[in-house]
Amino acid sequence: MTARILSDAGSIAATYDLAVIGAGPAGLAAAAEASRLGARVLAIDENAAPGGQIYRSVTRNSPRDLPVLGQDYWNGQALADSFLTSDLDYAPGGTVWSLEPATAGDDGRGIRARIGISLNGAACLIDAKAVIIATGAMERPMPVPGWTLPGVMTAGAAQIALKSAAIVPAGRVVLAGCGPLIYLLAAQLLDAGAEIAALLDTTDRRRYPAAVRHLPDFLRSPYFRKGLSLLLKVRRSVPVVSGITALRILGDRKAETIEFHTGHRKRTVAADCVLLHQGIVPNINLASAAGCAIEWNERQRAFQPATDTEGGSSLPGIFVAGDGGGIGGAQHAEVCGRIAAFAALRTIGLAVPETALAALREERRRFAKGRAFLDTLYRPAEAFRAPPDPDTIVCRCEEVRAGTLRGIVALGVPGPNQLKTFVRCGMGPCQGRMCALTVSEIMAAERGTSPAEIGTYRLRAPVKPLRLSEMAAMPPSPSAVLAVTGRSPDEGP
Amino acid sequence: MGMTERFMTKTNISEIAVIGGGLVGASIAWGLARSGLNPLVLDGEDLDPRASRANFALVWVQGKGMGAPHYALWSKASAERWPDFAAALHADTGIDVSLRQRGAFSFALSQGELDTLHAEMKVIDRETDGKAVPYEVLGPGETRDRLPGLGPDVAGSIYSPADGDVNALRLLRALHAALKSKGVDYRARHAVERIEPLADGFRLCGRWGDLFARRIVLAAGLGNAHLAPMVGLAAPLKRSKGQVLVTERCAPFFPYTSATIRQTDEGGVMIGDSEETNTSSTATNQEISAVLAGRAIRVFPALADLNIVRSWTGFRVKSADGLPIYEQSAAHPGAFIALCHSGVTLAANHALVVAPQIAAGALSPDLAPFHSRRFHVPQAA
Amino acid sequence: MFRRLREPADPVTFSFDDQPLRAARGQSLASALLAAGVDTFRSSIVAGEPRGPYCMMGVCFECLLTVDGVRNRQGCLVEVRDGMVVTSQHGACALPAGDAR
Repeated sequence: MTARILSDAGSIAATYDLAVIGAGPAGLAAAAEASRLGARVLAIDENAAPGGQIYRSVTRNSPRDLPVLGQDYWNGQALADSFLTSDLDYAPGGTVWSLEPATAGDDGRGIRARIGISLNGAACLIDAKAVIIATGAMERPMPVPGWTLPGVMTAGAAQIALKSAAIVPAGRVVLAGCGPLIYLLAAQLLDAGAEIAALLDTTDRRRYPAAVRHLPDFLRSPYFRKGLSLLLKVRRSVPVVSGITALRILGDRKAETIEFHTGHRKRTVAADCVLLHQGIVPNINLASAAGCAIEWNERQRAFQPATDTEGGSSLPGIFVAGDGGGIGGAQHAEVCGRIAAFAALRTIGLAVPETALAALREERRRFAKGRAFLDTLYRPAEAFRAPPDPDTIVCRCEEVRAGTLRGIVALGVPGPNQLKTFVRCGMGPCQGRMCALTVSEIMAAERGTSPAEIGTYRLRAPVKPLRLSEMAAMPPSPSAVLAVTGRSPDEGP
Repeated sequence: MGMTERFMTKTNISEIAVIGGGLVGASIAWGLARSGLNPLVLDGEDLDPRASRANFALVWVQGKGMGAPHYALWSKASAERWPDFAAALHADTGIDVSLRQRGAFSFALSQGELDTLHAEMKVIDRETDGKAVPYEVLGPGETRDRLPGLGPDVAGSIYSPADGDVNALRLLRALHAALKSKGVDYRARHAVERIEPLADGFRLCGRWGDLFARRIVLAAGLGNAHLAPMVGLAAPLKRSKGQVLVTERCAPFFPYTSATIRQTDEGGVMIGDSEETNTSSTATNQEISAVLAGRAIRVFPALADLNIVRSWTGFRVKSADGLPIYEQSAAHPGAFIALCHSGVTLAANHALVVAPQIAAGALSPDLAPFHSRRFHVPQAA
Repeated sequence: MFRRLREPADPVTFSFDDQPLRAARGQSLASALLAAGVDTFRSSIVAGEPRGPYCMMGVCFECLLTVDGVRNRQGCLVEVRDGMVVTSQHGACALPAGDAR
């Protein structure tokens, strides 16, 4: 049995029991589990091959080709294989640009959502009885002066380049930020022969006392063993500077040097490639545009869709699984995917093994161990969440700087959406993915309150751009024609 | 300074409070400040429905006021005042709202559409004794002569030199900056939920507490419907949801404007418009987006490969007959209402005409046709 | 700039701003350009500043390129194909002039 790979919009069926959006660990596990239980499943993912980001290109690599990647990565192969041998429809390279909950009073078919998909240049709208949003996480923005220069990328970007194309930065690499991933990347780059000039650790030392409370759980978790050996290996081979309080990347047309402060001391180091990282946060754009309630997670210092213990969002029939609902890591995401699959199928009336579900919840608890310590210790200092320098670009797309934002906050605007309309931050193609958190942090800092009070951008479809011609080619409905022209289609022009 | 400290230093008594900080409220508040008053502006939450953030940014006159010549002429007068309004805002804030009044086209995609548009213009012309804005009826060739790149489906157009557009988001920002520069007390997250008329003024209450204002101006958009009856006014509304698409930026291709396609000064192309009357959901409707996209491509085929980057919906603040409501309460003098769905076009009149009238204590008899008695709604005692 | 850990077993050729470049079949356009030493893909819309890929996963919209005549494609989501014609982007695109489709 193999998954049916769909390469054009016309071959996507009009209706599915379950649509799974995203083929990272959560999406792969959810889709495979649901199809095992007899549901008609469509899996859609932007990338050409399954794996999401953490298991990027896992079906195309082998340990022989990329010995630098550890066992955690290769664990993704079994998951991808299980997915690719499931009885389901899979649309790789497909973009989901809209997700609309069904309006009240549907026709009794149990349709809970309508999904807009663009595949190979053509758009279509399909119906699903349940949806699992498994769109994962993205890097927390790290707005430092000069972060928009070519040659500055995220740690995740370097990992993706390594996994998907077996390329590493040439020249002098400087890593800057905090969290376990930056050390993992440093180790991988070292093994691959990259020249790491420095690792500038911005971990906020004031976080240690709060983090210590969560230490016991962390010491018992798999994170600890892996993290410690990684840390030691990197510190042996790379100049690590801790206690970084400020950063500035300089260069004429690309990154050339990075200036860093440790307290009062300022130094510079030459850099051809700067890799920034200060943790990952849920990518909430699709959930937000669908109308899911979004809440603030203070411990993880990020917005996430509000979900119940089985991943159910505030909208019936729409679930969130994996890091897109709150950061937990790959194995945690896989379990979340399976739990959400069970819950989704239960809502559409398919039989679900409840004891298996209970076991999965226990497994998920195990994978959540140690998270609190990491979240607490590696919360970035305020200066890296709400950049103090007024010239620092916050909205990269529209080039809106921190000083401009603070000026608008001083006008007394009610929140980020009004601020967005006043200065266009968040109105570019990335739709706030790069600036939303920074904007809420800046506003919260200026007003002496929490981002929970401030809120964040409200989004709408299209969640990713699509061409006017694609949109226009979708079949028009009589009510839509009436709404636009004031006449029903058969009335004639 | 934290939120609590801010509240404690502010006054809870005001000479005149404007309820609503959108285009209507902010225009009037600025006009009141320019007339020497010290208004307080009470605005709602970040995610409240705000027509000021969801409009097509037109300064539009053609086709307005069929059956209501007073409205056709009120709109025309506002468009004529707009350059002075924009200049005054610029003087106060340094912000240029990119007013462009080079004229506009209404595109017809069939002879039937063109005939309908033409008939409307003739009626308006007759009803205003020829004082309505000038216009031309253009056939397909004539339209194409003026607009290279026009699609073959365009059957003709109505062109009027009086119409234009503006950067409406920058307009709202400019108004708020202007309020700040005049020291106007603007309070967001102060939605008024209840108004209690008192002997010498009004108590305004919300989740934030309450305060007293000697006079009030209801400019709360959709919120006017439930506030108006509390002070002997009436604001019957009909539901009208509109949807707009916006594309990525492109080089300037359309130096005029229209009610269905316009290019912003930043370069993005806005595409509208639609009306749904049977829903209260703010969700965007993809099928409507498809029809909007299709019609836009029929008018300018070169738009086909542009990416849609955003769409949004808004509920028009449309009274039962679609015309503005301007009124001072008879039962509770000192309570005014200003309600309309053309908050951009009428911003100039609101700032330069209505606000000074409110400041002076009474609306002009010229505005009597906009009184809500036309709805035959019984006034609350 | 980036360097390859291994030579492409199955190379393809594409052009970037009229320069022929080699890539491994199936890799993303963005990674292919980085491997070829290209780190600037476009000029920013507002101030015309040089920009290149940042996130490599379709979130940041910095790696925008014109691919086979279609503008604003995210290079990190496009797989390189033999004969692909890619150009960098500077300023807003001009709409194709004149005739209807």
